[in-house]
This record gives sequence, C-alpha cells and structure tokens, in this order.
Amino acid sequence: MINPQIFLQGLKSLKGSKSPAIPLGACFIALGALLKDAGFNLQQSAASSLFTYALPGQLVMAESLLLGASIVNIFIAVWLVNFRLYPMTVSLFPLLDHKAQPKWKYYLSCHFLAVSSWLIAKDGYRKINKKHRIDFWIGIGIGTWSTAILMTIIGYLSADYLNKDMLIGLAIVNPVYFFCMMLGAMKNINVSIAVIGGSIFGPTIYLISTEWALLFAGLIAGTIAFLFGGKNGK
Amino acid sequence: MASSQVIILAIIATSLATFISRFMGALTSEKVSVKSKLFEWFNCVAYSTLAALLGRMIIFPAGVLAESALIIRLIVLVICILVFVLSKKNLVIPTILSAILLSFFNSL
Repeated sequence: MINPQIFLQGLKSLKGSKSPAIPLGACFIALGALLKDAGFNLQQSAASSLFTYALPGQLVMAESLLLGASIVNIFIAVWLVNFRLYPMTVSLFPLLDHKAQPKWKYYLSCHFLAVSSWLIAKDGYRKINKKHRIDFWIGIGIGTWSTAILMTIIGYLSADYLNKDMLIGLAIVNPVYFFCMMLGAMKNINVSIAVIGGSIFGPTIYLISTEWALLFAGLIAGTIAFLFGGKNGK
Repeated sequence: MASSQVIILAIIATSLATFISRFMGALTSEKVSVKSKLFEWFNCVAYSTLAALLGRMIIFPAGVLAESALIIRLIVLVICILVFVLSKKNLVIPTILSAILLSFFNSL
C-alpha cells in the first residue's frame, strides 16, 4: 500500500517557501465566487473542483455557461484547454514509475495532475527513492486537491464580501506563482527555450485561433526546444 | 442563468474532458522510458504548453482578470518576478504581493 512517511513528505510540500497553498487558495477562492455568479449552488461548486480540478477548464465552463453554450461545445472547449495535462502527465509519470507499484495508483492519482502539483513534483522527485515516488506524488496530489476544493467552498461562501478589485487581485496570484516556478525550472537550455517559446507563441497564436492556440503553441515551441536544445531536458 | 440540470451536465462534461487527457497520459507513460528521446520531447512540449497558457492568462485573461489593464498586469508580474529573484526564490512573498499590488493599482 502507500508508504505513510513518503506520503507525508509529499503532503508537507504544502508548507514552506515554495508552498502552492497561497496561489491555489487565491485562485480557487476567485473561482468559487465566479461559480456563484454563474448560478451554481454550493454543492455544485465543490463538485466542480472535486471532479475537474483544473482551473482553466473550470473557467471555460463557467464562462461558456454564462454565454449559453451547448454541452458539446463546453466539452470541446474544455478538452482543448486542458489537453496540456496529457504531455504534462507523460513528462512526469515515467519518472514515478516502478514495477513494484500497482497500476491503480497511477490510474487514480493522475487525477491530481495540475500545474501546481506538477511543478512541485518535477522540482522534488529526485530526493525520493524511485520505489516510493508515486506515494510522494499522491501526497502532493491529496494536499493540493483538497486545498482547491476547500478554497472553492470558502470562495463561494465569501463571494458577497469580495469586491471586484479584490477578486482581480486574487486572480493574478496564480499566473505569478506559475511564472516564478517556471523560472525556477529553467535550469537547462531545453526547458528555457520551451518556456520562452511557449510564452511568445501562446498569445501570438491566440490572435489567430482562440481554441487551438495552446495546442499549437505547445507543439511548435516544444518541438523547437527539443530540436535545438540539446540533451538533459529533464 | 443556466438551470440546475444544465449545470450538472456541464460539470460532468468538464470533468470527463479533463480526465481523458490525464488518463491517456498515464497510459502513454507506461510505454515511455525516461531515457528516451520521446520523453524529452514530451517534456519540452509540456513546458511550452504551460508557458503558452501562462502567456495567454496574462495577455488575454479569462474571468475577472480581463477587467484590469494589460500594462498593470505586466508591471505587477515584473515586480513580483524581481521580488522572487531578490528573495532567493521565495514564492510566498511575491504571490501575496501580486494580489495586493493588482488590487491597489486597479482601484486607483
């Protein structure tokens, strides 16, 4: 089963100077307030973070609902914006792989894959013995996931007390956190080219196609980084 | 405003659309070796897709963030990155600062 010590080590990544708790809290409080605005009740808001747990997709869902989009359109729009989770999983899970570990751990814990948990795991996996890395990941995942759900509930309940300027302030925290984490990850030329290329191509291609921008920007910039970046892109 | 039934369907559709990518990723991972070229490529694509999302979030944001001026968002981002570097990569200070700064600038 799960190694409790390693699990706790993963859970403890919520503390300290790299803590994702503040940015997660800020953005899911803002989301909770937005969902209330979109006509969700408390249970539906909590269920959205429980089952989806991917902020950009949840934002797309809320905005599409407000615009009266169909369920099929919502599905496609969310799939396109959350497709990044596919390459993210493939660039993390092989590092956590060990043949002594059962497969269900991987199949269930992939639900915890989000930008914050991914960046923490990529930053910290080397410290953990290969055999127990999946338990470390489950610890990180449970911590970040439950923070997100709790904060959605708090955001929903406190929506009436948050004014527009406060909500805007909360919404910037997440991108700032991610940018700083990414800067910290730019330790080799591969990742540096990927990050710089992606942040240029993302908004540029968005001008041409709002829906396909992330997919194309990621593929183009990532492939350039792979071809020109040399080795050691871990 | 959407009815309760539509909201529940939307939650299910959103969750499925999201889980597909994660689960496919877990399945693909079983066949990808850490030492392979393919893994390196996926790693690059993951970082650049993430960076693309972040670039978009700052320049063309969704939700309430769209109601702030681009130049203010960029100023806040640059200040916070500087604080991050100067504080020896502390993430708590720049993230709290970013919310305070943007709320302040936006209320001017």
